[in-house]
Amino acid sequence: MDTRPLETAADPKGLRRIAIDPLSRVEGHGKVTLLLDDDNRVRQARLHIVEFRGFEKFIEGRPYWEVPVMVQRLCGICPVSHHLAASKALDRVAGGWPVPPAAERIRRLMHYGQIVQSHALHFFHLASPDLLFGFDAGVDQRNIVGVAAAFPDAARQGVMLRKFGQEVIRITSGKRIHGTGSIPGGMNRAVDPAERDALRAELPQVLAWAQDAVALARRLVEGLPPRYADFADTPAAMMSLVGRDGAMELYDGVLRLREADGRIAVDGFDDQRYRELIDEAVRPWTYMKFPYRRSLGVDDGWYRVGPLARLQNCDFIPTPRAEEARQAFVAAHGGRPVHTVLATHWARMIELLHGVETVAALLDDPRITGGPLQAEGPRQRSGIGIIEAPRGTLIHEYEVGDDDLVTRCNLIVSTTHNNQAMNEAVRAVALRYLDGETITEGLLNHIEVAIRAYDPCLSCATHALGQMPLAVSLRAADGRVLDHVLRSSTGELLRDGPAHDAEAAQ
Amino acid sequence: MTAPLLVLGWGNPSRGDDALGPMLVDALAAYAGRALPAGAVDCLSDYQLQIEHALDLVGRERVLFVDAAVGLDAAFAVSAVQPQRERQITSHALSPPALLQVFVDLQGCAPPECSLLALRGRRWALGEVPDAAACEDLARALEWATGWLERFASPQVAEQGVIA
Repeated sequence: MDTRPLETAADPKGLRRIAIDPLSRVEGHGKVTLLLDDDNRVRQARLHIVEFRGFEKFIEGRPYWEVPVMVQRLCGICPVSHHLAASKALDRVAGGWPVPPAAERIRRLMHYGQIVQSHALHFFHLASPDLLFGFDAGVDQRNIVGVAAAFPDAARQGVMLRKFGQEVIRITSGKRIHGTGSIPGGMNRAVDPAERDALRAELPQVLAWAQDAVALARRLVEGLPPRYADFADTPAAMMSLVGRDGAMELYDGVLRLREADGRIAVDGFDDQRYRELIDEAVRPWTYMKFPYRRSLGVDDGWYRVGPLARLQNCDFIPTPRAEEARQAFVAAHGGRPVHTVLATHWARMIELLHGVETVAALLDDPRITGGPLQAEGPRQRSGIGIIEAPRGTLIHEYEVGDDDLVTRCNLIVSTTHNNQAMNEAVRAVALRYLDGETITEGLLNHIEVAIRAYDPCLSCATHALGQMPLAVSLRAADGRVLDHVLRSSTGELLRDGPAHDAEAAQ
Repeated sequence: MTAPLLVLGWGNPSRGDDALGPMLVDALAAYAGRALPAGAVDCLSDYQLQIEHALDLVGRERVLFVDAAVGLDAAFAVSAVQPQRERQITSHALSPPALLQVFVDLQGCAPPECSLLALRGRRWALGEVPDAAACEDLARALEWATGWLERFASPQVAEQGVIA
């Protein structure tokens, strides 16, 4: 489905404007704007995301050894991913790459624990309400509390899977949050055998839950009503790390790009040369950049990252249960590339299963309990660290002066890679489900469902009491506010209030 | 051994007054280390209140939630928290009442007695630190929170069922 004409309306004058702010925290970090004509036909649809603005500047001037800890404050959902991506980049600055085998395995353990906890949170507590209750269900039901009430076993499994992943993080990083385990050049702690054994004892149950999660995700995705069969079907190239043998690889590997039709376009690409592969463009209507393949240019070079891309980019998954699930996913789609975004949930649960299997294997590896943990070597002036975070490829790049202070920092986070892909999904949904219709909360939720599938991470924003999660304003052609609806933090719909500040933006 | 008291605060330490919750928890933990018997209280902080924190409430007698708040007229405010099935559009961050409802749904029993200590926040920009006014508010809230700890860490007083 070609949705590109909706990026910019040919003549925006006279069009009504709707602004949705479904993803914001305190300061309005994400929103969707729609321009409609008098017949409610969609003429423009844009997703604006403004997270991470300024964080690079926040890092510059800091001693490089502080950075792996500091960057965790980017995000309350995936701090470990930033911790490890920064560490990998600064390993090279410290002259400590590759890190010793024990450190490499402990970091992997931490990373796959992060995959498990993040994927569990997303599926069970963010996405499953839409899938379990339907996109049009009332907001009082369409949330995790509704899941806990109607499907207590699923809710409990979600909580326990997330808890398990967080315990893996705790025994490797030293703390539940703000861990300091990974440092430039390696690790500063090994895994305590008693804590390892406690987690190993939980593995049979956790593996069973993870397999149940795959089955549930498949059942929910395949059981969607027929009118959602092609929901937000947006063919896109797929980028991720893979192992040198083509295996799914989430901690360290080479870059692979696969075209939307399934052909491999780039393979075995050195992550330290990523700048030769992709560049970033800007649009005047959003703070978030648009990465693109240099070889194809800004308009045609966009791509997708994350579970749906990774699952189809790899040749195999190197753990047996997840590989069996991957093969079932491929067979269920007739071996054709899959671009319907709701399949991401199924892919995400297969990755969760892979994460649990990988954690199990690493807990059996005696090297995680000791041995040399830090490497040393000639100091470098720059370093790049690429990791597959739960939401997709995460790039950290640093330049460091002779005084050990960071002079330049560039971060390309998963949500940024998916910027254009999410915009395309919003446009596809707007055309398919909203075009010509009276806008209702249920229809607006269709857009949120498409965005949620990408699990965009806006959690670096503050969360404080009294926030404003969603506002919708409808304006006439002359700019007058015809209708304004505020959905409060408790889900109540309130009318006649002032328009949200974010609504004033483009 | 699960401590009977839990202090659970949240906020991003790098975003202005959002740091107030974790700062109060840190200060309270330091106080407890000096003044209370070991195992009397657990002090936890996180970026956001999330679903698995329901499991941190298991086995507690009393819980004090701590978070920065928008729009408070006073330096801090204290309120009792009850389970509530709220209508929310995201679960990346739960409210205290919603968390208690998750506890009820998962555990099948009533949650411990919970209070929310809301700290007045005004500035939330990345890289900012709480200013002198915020620190003054924090000191007043800490004084109240220290009293809460002293009151309920003493079994004799706890039996009287005093709660703010």
